[in-house]
Amino acid sequence: MIKRATVLLSLLLLGFIFLHIAMDYSPPSALNSISEQYVASGPDELGAANIVTAVLVTYRGLDTLGEVAVLFISAAGVGLLLRRNLGAPTEEKKQRAASELVGTAVHFLLPLIFVLGVYIFVNGHLTPGGGFQGGAVLASGIMLLLLADPHTQLNHGIVEWLESTSGFGYVVVGVLGLVLAGGFLDNRFLDLGTFGELFSAGAMPIIYVLIGLKVGTELSAVLERMKD
Amino acid sequence: MILLLIAALLCAGIVVSALLAVHLNNTVSAAISAGMASLFAAIIYVVLAAPDVAMTEAAIGAGLTTVIFLFAIRRTMESPEK
Repeated sequence: MIKRATVLLSLLLLGFIFLHIAMDYSPPSALNSISEQYVASGPDELGAANIVTAVLVTYRGLDTLGEVAVLFISAAGVGLLLRRNLGAPTEEKKQRAASELVGTAVHFLLPLIFVLGVYIFVNGHLTPGGGFQGGAVLASGIMLLLLADPHTQLNHGIVEWLESTSGFGYVVVGVLGLVLAGGFLDNRFLDLGTFGELFSAGAMPIIYVLIGLKVGTELSAVLERMKD
Repeated sequence: MILLLIAALLCAGIVVSALLAVHLNNTVSAAISAGMASLFAAIIYVVLAAPDVAMTEAAIGAGLTTVIFLFAIRRTMESPEK
């Protein structure tokens, strides 16, 4: 009884707080000063058509590096918790095979999904999306593959190599920015190029390709660990 | 006006699927309802002109998380002796 009363009371309190916030909310009529600075100078200064990318990759690049590190640590944790006993014989599980529909759809859709994922992170500085989104799309392609055929084995050598190389490359690009341009993860040590072209915005596409590969391989590895 | 209506419908969809996820007894259905809540949220992000966030929400919230839940459910159902 007393437990119920406590729950009810805390719910009411929470509701009161949220009501207060909701009543006070009024849509902002103008950008605050720092956003205005980013929006005004981002395209000219960094050459990125997508301002979200300019903020994520360059202005707040260190935060993105932190996010990548968080993802890496969680993937490593999943790998540690779900590690296989290599010595133990793998018992043969009787699994229902995927339906004809899924099997055929995988052959047709998998290349398209991979192309979409790569497109999203290669064009991250021009169109919505970027490394994280493209990487997640790549991983969803792997997910489809695993759903269609649970016995699929990813090539761990390639996955590990891609993941560590892209993570290392990301930091190397950041340090190059520190040495050759204005600061850590500064994208201007390469030519900014023509605004809106694929090869423009300095090192931004390189950084997003590396992030995309890293996120894609990490999430795929997590999925593969979860599957069996 | 029509945009507001669509947004309200989608918000209702989020609330309904979240309630379903809590109340359904079948864990598989509950996981799929939770994924549906993410999917509705992703559509709302598109309506509110935030395609970057929408992509992340659709791919990770609706896609990967749901499948990881399903894999986890299968693993925990399959081997009760472990």
